[in-house]
Amino acid sequence: MSDRNVLPSGQAKIDELEMVGIVKRFPGVLANDDIDFDVRAGEVHALLGENGAGKSTLMKILYGLYQADEGEILVSGERVEITNPTDAIAHGIGMIHQHFMLVETLTVAENVALGLKSTRGLLTDIEHVSERIDELARLYGLFVDPAAYIWQLSVGQQQRVEILKALYRGAALLILDEPTAVLTPQEVDDLFRIMRQMADDGHALIFISHKLHEVIEISQRVTVLRDGRKIGTKPTSETTKSDLGTWMVGREVSFRPIKSESEPGEVRLRLDNVSALSNRETPALKGVSLEVRSGEILGLAGVSGNGQRELAEVITGLCPVTGGSVFLEGEDVTDKSVAERTERMLSYIPEERMRDGMIRNFTVAENLILREHNKAPYARSGFLDLDQIAVHTGDLIQEYNVKTPSQETYVKSLSGGNIQKLVLARELSRQPRVIVAAQPTRGLDIGATEYVHQQLIRQRSSGAATLLISEDLDEILALSDRIAVIYEGEIMGTLDAHDATAEEIGLLMAGVRPDERSEAVG
Amino acid sequence: MQDRLNSLIDLLLPVFATLAALLVGAVMLLFLKVNPITAYSALWEGAFGSTNALAETLVKATPLLLVGVGICIAFRAGVINIGGEGQMVIGAILGTLIGLNLEGWPGWIVIFLALLGGFVGGAIWGGIPGLLKAYFNVNEILSTIMMNAIAVQMMNFLLRGPMIDPSQAELASKIPQTARLLEAFRLPRLVPTRLHLGAAIAVVLAILVYILLWRTTLGYRIRAVGQSPQAARYAGISVKRHIVLALLFSGAFAGLAGATQVFGVNYRMITDGSATGFTGSAGFNGIVAALFGQLHPIGTIPASILFGALLVGANKMQRVVQVPSALIIALNGLVVVFVVSSEIWRERRQRDRLRAAAIEGEADASGPSPAVDPEVGI
Repeated sequence: MSDRNVLPSGQAKIDELEMVGIVKRFPGVLANDDIDFDVRAGEVHALLGENGAGKSTLMKILYGLYQADEGEILVSGERVEITNPTDAIAHGIGMIHQHFMLVETLTVAENVALGLKSTRGLLTDIEHVSERIDELARLYGLFVDPAAYIWQLSVGQQQRVEILKALYRGAALLILDEPTAVLTPQEVDDLFRIMRQMADDGHALIFISHKLHEVIEISQRVTVLRDGRKIGTKPTSETTKSDLGTWMVGREVSFRPIKSESEPGEVRLRLDNVSALSNRETPALKGVSLEVRSGEILGLAGVSGNGQRELAEVITGLCPVTGGSVFLEGEDVTDKSVAERTERMLSYIPEERMRDGMIRNFTVAENLILREHNKAPYARSGFLDLDQIAVHTGDLIQEYNVKTPSQETYVKSLSGGNIQKLVLARELSRQPRVIVAAQPTRGLDIGATEYVHQQLIRQRSSGAATLLISEDLDEILALSDRIAVIYEGEIMGTLDAHDATAEEIGLLMAGVRPDERSEAVG
Repeated sequence: MQDRLNSLIDLLLPVFATLAALLVGAVMLLFLKVNPITAYSALWEGAFGSTNALAETLVKATPLLLVGVGICIAFRAGVINIGGEGQMVIGAILGTLIGLNLEGWPGWIVIFLALLGGFVGGAIWGGIPGLLKAYFNVNEILSTIMMNAIAVQMMNFLLRGPMIDPSQAELASKIPQTARLLEAFRLPRLVPTRLHLGAAIAVVLAILVYILLWRTTLGYRIRAVGQSPQAARYAGISVKRHIVLALLFSGAFAGLAGATQVFGVNYRMITDGSATGFTGSAGFNGIVAALFGQLHPIGTIPASILFGALLVGANKMQRVVQVPSALIIALNGLVVVFVVSSEIWRERRQRDRLRAAAIEGEADASGPSPAVDPEVGI
């Protein structure tokens, strides 16, 4: 590029952007605790951390979606105020969100033009926009037809449209929020090629991820956040996967609830070489085998999006398998419906409790009978027994300590913790023989979390076989008798909870197998 | 006390909304240089002024209620049934066929079979879009509208050919109508007016559908599917099956409305080439009545009577003050707009109350005693 301060798009470079001493508090949570972060022209700076580590909060502050409580942002040494995304865009900062902000029924050019002033006043200037898109696409190798409708494009192409949108608005610095989460491996390769070129051309890129190998592959520097604090920043070439893994998850286990020694009984849940597709039709599970016995909790650790959701849904019958078999108490239920598996006393605490677990516009009582509504005592020969429902749901509300004004209250007006208590009341009160609990404490406060843990341990004592799927390693370590680690749809290994360490699990979560470890550490 | 006042306001809200709509209508009447008071008293007179007027109102309300009750089921299941017109037509055709071909059978058996035929005919016509939606993901709004067109053409074909009144077939005029039903096959009248048994049947069915939706496991599942297909699926409820069932039932009630019109009012089928000629748009107005009744079968009863009254009273008003018939349609529309808007207001009030109650509940929860408040959970 002839002029060293100008990007191919014609925009001025951002030599250096600094965030200094950023603090952001949410009610009850310190999301960002005095974080320093900087990114320079020509580099990809990876921001690494688990869910809830504060990555997204930090970047939302940079893009003007949140306001920092303390700290400042400097662009090329000068202090700037960014109070909304328009400010951010004016300073040359663009963000590619994980969930694309595109209108499916409009064309690429129309999406790019959306929200911008037209050069022709009230009339659109799509031809002009299309020309500029073509120009940018040539410069950056982002080939996409400006006249194509968004719904016609693959996810990878839609992402290019998002990048074009940012470039069109003059972005010199791009924040990419987990851009690979939705892509196929080939699309990831394409994205990385584009990112490298943009960095070479002088853009500054921030790459948010929790996938270690991608961070190693694409970034020049890496900053790790954990629990809202910055652990450190290093040139990527001076780190290894195992360093990063330890930084990301390695920590003292905060507490282990006192639980008796496990007395595992017979195998109640068995998966034999199970494969399944995600709802995007990409392979999500690749030959998973595992066993859960009566009276034990098997913890499934893993970074989100590695097949946990599909695994839960394959067991509960919501997602079909493409290979392998699922057994409940020795019986092959692979082709059985959700209802038939429910009959076999399988209970499921779903990850998306508000979407799957509860009906917002149903009352507390109606939600409590959701799974067993057609059985005694709730129903008799096709009719609901309202008296019995009132008595039994009243008992459940009391037993599970649900705070609700009445049984007739709509669930949508309850708090998250109380809603999860309702799910537990419904799923655990039926004396399940097998339990699948997916992210059972996500988004709950400490009190509610402890309550959920107690309930799961109580079920273990009464002999249920529990598969606990969680991204919270502390939770896994605290509750599990054995720990399996899932990575890209495969079980990396199963450890005994007694001698498992967070570091060991962290490595498996990062996709480092024990036999590769010596090499990774060395 | 506060609660009672609140629920009273909620209950009366549609009434206020209707009055507000009539007020706007009054302004329109003034522009037409018509005294609104004269016009509205004519409307009232026409709808409720005499036994006969009241009976006519109820006669008009009957198909609205039947269709509306079916609409409650479909909408509660989250499917939009716009096919009431076609379902009425098919139900009427099937009922009429039974009525015309069972001469010599006892009257009440024929009536029963004919109404059943209407029920089944409507069920088929509603069930087809249901299957298409459940198994081929065909948008039910489109398919039910298309089914309306098919039903009308089928009616036109049948009434001009195979089902034409034999006496008309011999005449050059060839009016597309069936033969008249035998006297014994007509729905009995309740009072010496045109009010027939169909009105009573409709009210009983509205109560039965209320029981279906809120007292049976099937109704529970239908409502669950409508509120959250994901949660229903998660709980092992077949979303597809209940979508089909809901449209089946919804169509069945419209079909019954069609058969009731033939056996209670017209005693024959006759077509002017359009669906409206036969249904009087009850297939569409039933949707409005159901929405007005807050998708509750019992609420649909007064809603149907209100719209029946507007339809009948408007005729009288038109005759007395000589306003264009378009104004009547506009007045109907105004009522709908105002009532639907007041519904949003009602929901907001309810939400605020629930939130306040929930906050109170939470506050209780944070109190020192973990014991459950005796009033909570009973």
